[in-house]
Amino acid sequence: MKRSLFGRLWPNATAVVLFAGFVFPVYWMFATAFKPTGDIISENPVWFPTNITLSHFKKAVDADHFWTLVVNSVTVTVLSVVFSLVIALFAAFALARLRFKGRRGLIVTFMLAQMAPWEVMIIAIYMIVRDNDMLNSLVPLTVFYTMMVLPLTVLTLRGYVAAVPKELEESAMVDGCTRVQAFRRVIFPLLAPGLMATSLFGFITAWNEFPLVLILNKDVEKQTLPLWLSQFQTAFGDDWGATMAASSLFALPILILFIFLQRKAVSGLTDGAVKG
Amino acid sequence: MSVQTQGTDTAGEPAVRKARIPRPPRGADRDPASPARRGAGAPYLLVLPALLATVVLLGWPLVKNGMLSFQNLNPRQLIQHLTEWNGVENYRSVLSEPEFWHVVERSVFFTAVNVVLIVGIGTLIGLLLARLGKRMRLLLMIGLVLAWAMPYVAATTVYQWLFAQRFGVVNWVLDRLGWHSMADHNWLGSQFSTFFVVIVLIVWQSVPFVAINLYAATTTIPKELYEAAALDGAGAWQSFTSVTLPFLRPFLYSTTFLEVIWVFKSFTQLFAMNEGGPDRLTETLPIYAYVEGVGNQHFGVGAAISFLTIVALLVITSYYLRMVLKQEEDEL
Repeated sequence: MKRSLFGRLWPNATAVVLFAGFVFPVYWMFATAFKPTGDIISENPVWFPTNITLSHFKKAVDADHFWTLVVNSVTVTVLSVVFSLVIALFAAFALARLRFKGRRGLIVTFMLAQMAPWEVMIIAIYMIVRDNDMLNSLVPLTVFYTMMVLPLTVLTLRGYVAAVPKELEESAMVDGCTRVQAFRRVIFPLLAPGLMATSLFGFITAWNEFPLVLILNKDVEKQTLPLWLSQFQTAFGDDWGATMAASSLFALPILILFIFLQRKAVSGLTDGAVKG
Repeated sequence: MSVQTQGTDTAGEPAVRKARIPRPPRGADRDPASPARRGAGAPYLLVLPALLATVVLLGWPLVKNGMLSFQNLNPRQLIQHLTEWNGVENYRSVLSEPEFWHVVERSVFFTAVNVVLIVGIGTLIGLLLARLGKRMRLLLMIGLVLAWAMPYVAATTVYQWLFAQRFGVVNWVLDRLGWHSMADHNWLGSQFSTFFVVIVLIVWQSVPFVAINLYAATTTIPKELYEAAALDGAGAWQSFTSVTLPFLRPFLYSTTFLEVIWVFKSFTQLFAMNEGGPDRLTETLPIYAYVEGVGNQHFGVGAAISFLTIVALLVITSYYLRMVLKQEEDEL
């Protein structure tokens, strides 16, 4: 199909404008973080940071408890992703490869569980955790984050397992492998990309989670980065440089992961409901 | 499995055994050839950890939430660990409270505005992605993915800065465009403009999901359909309405439902922006439940608000699932 010059131009022009609009807040976060305070609070915005400074980052990193909370956030996130992947892998294999009574019901159950309104269940979870004397601990966070991620992990992994040709497994078993060995040596290596893509959703969910840690852990030493960041601005007043440096540090790991894994993830995401 | 031991050390509670997730009584999809095989119990063993986790960690809070909503649970009962049942008193007080109905209206409005904008803009950008050349598509995708990946709280602080009263870019631009009264506008000072900022934030974060997935869906439309439409003399608009739109309709329906559920239960952005302020005027249902239940220490009432919200969400979710299951009938 031939298109006029105008017909080619407007989509491209729109795309550039949209790109700028979507990127600008992210750009502004990083740009502000590197600008000296004089350039941040100036009558006219300084669009490109020319005098680079790292003082805001130093301020964020030196803030009380910062490193404790980094360790907390990383611990809780990594553990819940690993736990949910392990638990989900068993279930995903059964749901993809085996035929049994109640299979369909299970799939529907996980679909329902995937939509669970965790934000609205925090009072009940608070009571449960409190009755078990587990407030101000990372254990309930890890356990519930695992659960938040689990249903979608099961459903997406099921898709990845189903995509591995049955014949590979069967021929391995003809060669004398047991079913477990066939899974370990044949299917599992082929699942690696799928596991990585699936874990992205888990990382984002656990790294982002805010309401539950807000209600469960009043002790600063046991909180995570999202809570710290939301209170950072209150603590630092209008020190936007420091706030943006803190936001940048918090966002960077996820942005990097996303850029790397997004390609693999998008195909998997279309099957399930995911919000990064 | 370490997870299981963690999950079960709280299983001394009888509530767990009562918590059953309702399952549709369907077993008709059995493969007739399999049950006689060795290891008929294997599938159940494999699924058990995931199912157990779901029953305990999701079922229990749901049941607990229901139980709490029928209790008089204020600071005194909380501290002394008393269980005082008070029937439907919490529900009566919630439903007769005009403030609750304000919050319901507000939540519905907030959800509707967000979802219309997200699905509308997301669809248009998705269709644009389909029209672009390779390089421009990649450029726009990068922008979309960056917005999509931004963690909620980080994005919220950035928007607080963009819309800051002093030195915020937005006020500077509006002032430059000649709207001088906005030069010193306090965006978080009133209900309407706080909602405005949060809606811009949520739309910015949510559009990429719709746009990228809609674009992915357009790539699966068979080329022959367009060729056939062209042979029939269809113009660009006609081939869009007769080929593209019908093909994308299921996707648009399910995406709309998903966004309704996500936006309706969203908590972090609104809370991190202004804690439901000013004067509690931007509290939607999830935040209202939290502030009433935890902030004002009326845990029973908070649980009742939560439960009503959960029921509303469950209704929407079951509609959504029915639709999805109809679409994927053959795949399950």
